[in-house]
Amino acid sequence: MGLIDEPLRMNPWEPVQITTNTQTPRMPRNVENHSANILLTQVSKLVDWGRSQSLWPALFGLACCAIEMMAASASRFDIARFGAEVFRASPRQADLMIVAGRVSVKMAPVVRQIYDQMPDPKWVISMGACASCGGVFNNYAIVQGVDKIIPVDIFVPGCPPTPEMLLYGFNQLQEKIRQGLPNPPDPMRPTA
Amino acid sequence: MANEIIKGLSRTLREMGRKPTTVSYPEQHRSQPARYRGRHVLHRYENGLERCVGCFLCAGACPADAIYIEAEENSEAQRVSPGERFARVFDVNMLRCIFCGYCQQACPTGAITLEKEYELASLRPEDLIYHKEQLLEAVGEQHHGDNPATIGSNTAWQPQPPADPPLTIPQQRGTFDGQAASAAAVGQGNLIPDPSSPIQD
Repeated sequence: MGLIDEPLRMNPWEPVQITTNTQTPRMPRNVENHSANILLTQVSKLVDWGRSQSLWPALFGLACCAIEMMAASASRFDIARFGAEVFRASPRQADLMIVAGRVSVKMAPVVRQIYDQMPDPKWVISMGACASCGGVFNNYAIVQGVDKIIPVDIFVPGCPPTPEMLLYGFNQLQEKIRQGLPNPPDPMRPTA
Repeated sequence: MANEIIKGLSRTLREMGRKPTTVSYPEQHRSQPARYRGRHVLHRYENGLERCVGCFLCAGACPADAIYIEAEENSEAQRVSPGERFARVFDVNMLRCIFCGYCQQACPTGAITLEKEYELASLRPEDLIYHKEQLLEAVGEQHHGDNPATIGSNTAWQPQPPADPPLTIPQQRGTFDGQAASAAAVGQGNLIPDPSSPIQD
């Protein structure tokens, strides 16, 4: 069930958010490893190792988390140690999207378009409270979790996360890629 | 031409001996400042009872609405906290949390503090809802002396009072409407008026 084919509610005045903030509703995600072919598994292990060591993030930031993302790429924390120092200004050359900051409803189609323009395989880090679930901005203007418009691989809490928190999330993503775990389902293209 | 090359190379040679500024993070951790606020920890008393009495003040103070509590009455058979109630369910949504520290300021028993742990990222957002079992410190691990692991940034937050604080209410007396009055009596402070003062109603 995604945003596209939401069932028509009987009562139009029914509140959209029916759960509390502490239990934010989420897409069902089953992270399973479907590796059957022995030969290709060995090749894909090598490929995944290569991919995990050369994640190029897309160059964009939405709010104050972007400052910490810049700090993570600067010399003190130096994301170049993990092969991700090349922040590409074109989404065609990027394969990692760091959603750094709050996504307003007006910005959501833009974020989605940048995601669609990135070539496969691609991964998404949701950085900070606002991108992950809306944070303190529980209102009509902010998308309550960027995983409602794009599939998010790693959630990094913090407001904003320190560069170490981002690097920890980044290392988790690298580990996930090396293990060959599939990406979560796309919320805008619901599977039947 | 040669001059510029020498100039450039001298810069390189000077920088070669310097220590790099990079903190090689997963192996080496930077020391956090005293006011750093990371993951929450629920504390215990020395005798093992939980400090949290289920008063909901932290949940009320939370600007992000990230704390969810269900309180339950203590009974004689099962005493969890020294107060009337204890928190049966204590969930903190780390994704909502903005690590502002209002919960530890609101807490009357010092049960919840924000500690130095910051490695929190996860593949699944439901893993980032921390339950009471994950937040509560183990018996025997609680705050002993000045163990920095469990004190939190509470002490760093509270400014220590000066040894000889100046009086905040003005003490001077003067003439007001032709009569001698204390500064408090004419509205410059909230002291009880001096009974010997002529201005009284």
